[in-house]
Amino acid sequence: MIRFLIKGILRDPNRSVLPVLVISIGVFLSVLFSAWFSGVFSDMIRLNANFSTGHLKVMTRAYAENAEQMPNDLALLETGSLVADLQRQFPQLDWTQRIRFGGLLDVADAEGNTRAQGMAAGYAVDLFSPGSREAERMNIMPAIVEGRLPAQPGEALISDDFARRFKVGLGDTVTLFGSTMDGGMSFANFAVAGTVRFGMPVLDRGAIIVDITDAQSALDMQDAAGEVLGFFKSDQYEEAAALEVKTAFNARFQNDDDEFAPLMQRLNDQNGLEEYLVLSKSMSGIMIFVFIFAMSIVLWNTGLLGGLRRYNEFGIRLAMGEEKKRLFRSLIIESVVIGLAGSVLGTALGLSAAYYLQETGLDFGSAVQGGSMMMPTVFRAHIGAQTFYIGFIPGLFSMVLGNALSGLGIYRRKTAELFKELSV
Amino acid sequence: METIIQIHQLSKRFPVGNGEFTALNEVNLTFDKGEFTGLVGPSGSGKTTLLNIIGSLDAPSSGEVTVLGQSIAHLTHAQSAQLRNRHLGFIFQTYNLFPVYTVFENVEFALLLQHLPAAERRKAVMEALEWVGLTDKAQSRPAQLSGGESQRVAIARAMVKKPAIVLADEPTANLDSKNSHHILQTMLRLNQELQTTFLFATHDEKVMSYLRRIISLEDGRVVKDERIAAHSFIKSNS
Repeated sequence: MIRFLIKGILRDPNRSVLPVLVISIGVFLSVLFSAWFSGVFSDMIRLNANFSTGHLKVMTRAYAENAEQMPNDLALLETGSLVADLQRQFPQLDWTQRIRFGGLLDVADAEGNTRAQGMAAGYAVDLFSPGSREAERMNIMPAIVEGRLPAQPGEALISDDFARRFKVGLGDTVTLFGSTMDGGMSFANFAVAGTVRFGMPVLDRGAIIVDITDAQSALDMQDAAGEVLGFFKSDQYEEAAALEVKTAFNARFQNDDDEFAPLMQRLNDQNGLEEYLVLSKSMSGIMIFVFIFAMSIVLWNTGLLGGLRRYNEFGIRLAMGEEKKRLFRSLIIESVVIGLAGSVLGTALGLSAAYYLQETGLDFGSAVQGGSMMMPTVFRAHIGAQTFYIGFIPGLFSMVLGNALSGLGIYRRKTAELFKELSV
Repeated sequence: METIIQIHQLSKRFPVGNGEFTALNEVNLTFDKGEFTGLVGPSGSGKTTLLNIIGSLDAPSSGEVTVLGQSIAHLTHAQSAQLRNRHLGFIFQTYNLFPVYTVFENVEFALLLQHLPAAERRKAVMEALEWVGLTDKAQSRPAQLSGGESQRVAIARAMVKKPAIVLADEPTANLDSKNSHHILQTMLRLNQELQTTFLFATHDEKVMSYLRRIISLEDGRVVKDERIAAHSFIKSNS
């Protein structure tokens, strides 16, 4: 019987072409948007984790309250022993110190007078320790436009835009004007080892990246750091595990009233990322619901039209002794076959488009230029395991639902009218 | 002869507005195996309603109709479908072939409902097409057939499962004289060879000339039940 039904589907374009077209378009969009949102959200979350929040972050309570101001006067002290303690207690994570700081970059002319000055957002990360993954985590190597990674103390990377704007070349010296941990003025010279462009406006406007020890020295923060970041060794954010670590760590200090007591926060707790995480998780569900709803209505109508067109066929089948439930079931089988065909086609098309967007991405540089949020300028899709099957849910479900709704008419049909109906 | 249909005090009423329309009124009839019988009468006389009830497509309002030992009034939907599937064949005024399937597949469909193995189905379908002289058209689509050929396919579809009873509603209404006679001769031959009971609802004089029993209906009542000697039509139509 299934072969009989498939023959009918293949030979009757009205029965197959329009539904397959509707489904494949819906599935194509589901797959593409799913991969797109997955890519955009995971990129944003990954970037924020790597550049700002870590999977977990330890700060002082006072620092945490004003974290966006980078208040290094409220930084953690004795961070060496804190990091060692964290490594021991939570070995599933890599712990590393960071200092974020603001300042003014001054570029001198040949005579030592100020030639140009610009605001700089400073990142002090562990570049020199053996086994440090910070350069990799911050994707520095691919971001280098000219030059190389700092190889010794006193070297820095500056943003390529800044370097071009103020005509700073490799090997030139730039002076960082900042403030020490105690609120005093600080001056430090750095030789430009390279220029970088991350594709993130917030960094590319004017960043300086130096080794943590240089920053500690320049900012008078020996054995201190604004933040200690933890990254799961799997490189994947594990939300439940992060909660366990956070709870265990914070429990040790819950009776401590000191505003400089350490406080651990998860990625979710920072930069409003909780909403993004929730949105990224629910986006596929929302899309599937929207597409199922929209396609079901279209396919319901297609099914109703098909039912009208096949009115005589259904009548003759009922007269010949096919039970209504069997006839209804055969419609469902047809819808599964058509739904599968449309889903396979739509998934193939969606994957192709998603692959293209994964490889090339779309450049939204001009749209996100002024933003302060950490996001890439080139948005890319991400093809994961889910991308391969997600389209089948709306594809199959909407076709079956559409056909089931339209097929209910079979149960309302009176066999007593068949002779009249089939003689017209 | 073996009686295969018994109708006792059959009435069928349909609600019309606030009242009722009586389509069949206390009809009493019996049909034997191998009959070639016509129900004749003007429109609204109750011919199609009677075919509907015998074909278990409808139920009586009162009275008793027994087809092959089964009381139509007491059959469930599934049992009615089963009765039609196994023992009844239908031929309609319009051929109602499935347009996307070949002649072979149209005829085969009745056997698919009976879950017969493919080899048995093939044998039975080819045999049925041979009865109606269409083996060479087995792979044709309905759109490629003439009206007469289409109705012969419909006969093959009704006959392929070798039903006990075939119910035909105005089977020649859309055919010219030549095709009508061809069709009727085919059905008559099958009636004789397979002892299938044929019941027609018809106005057509050509059909009436082949019938061996003519039941006249008027306003839902049997007004005349006439049996005709078997040899007279064969002579007149041979």
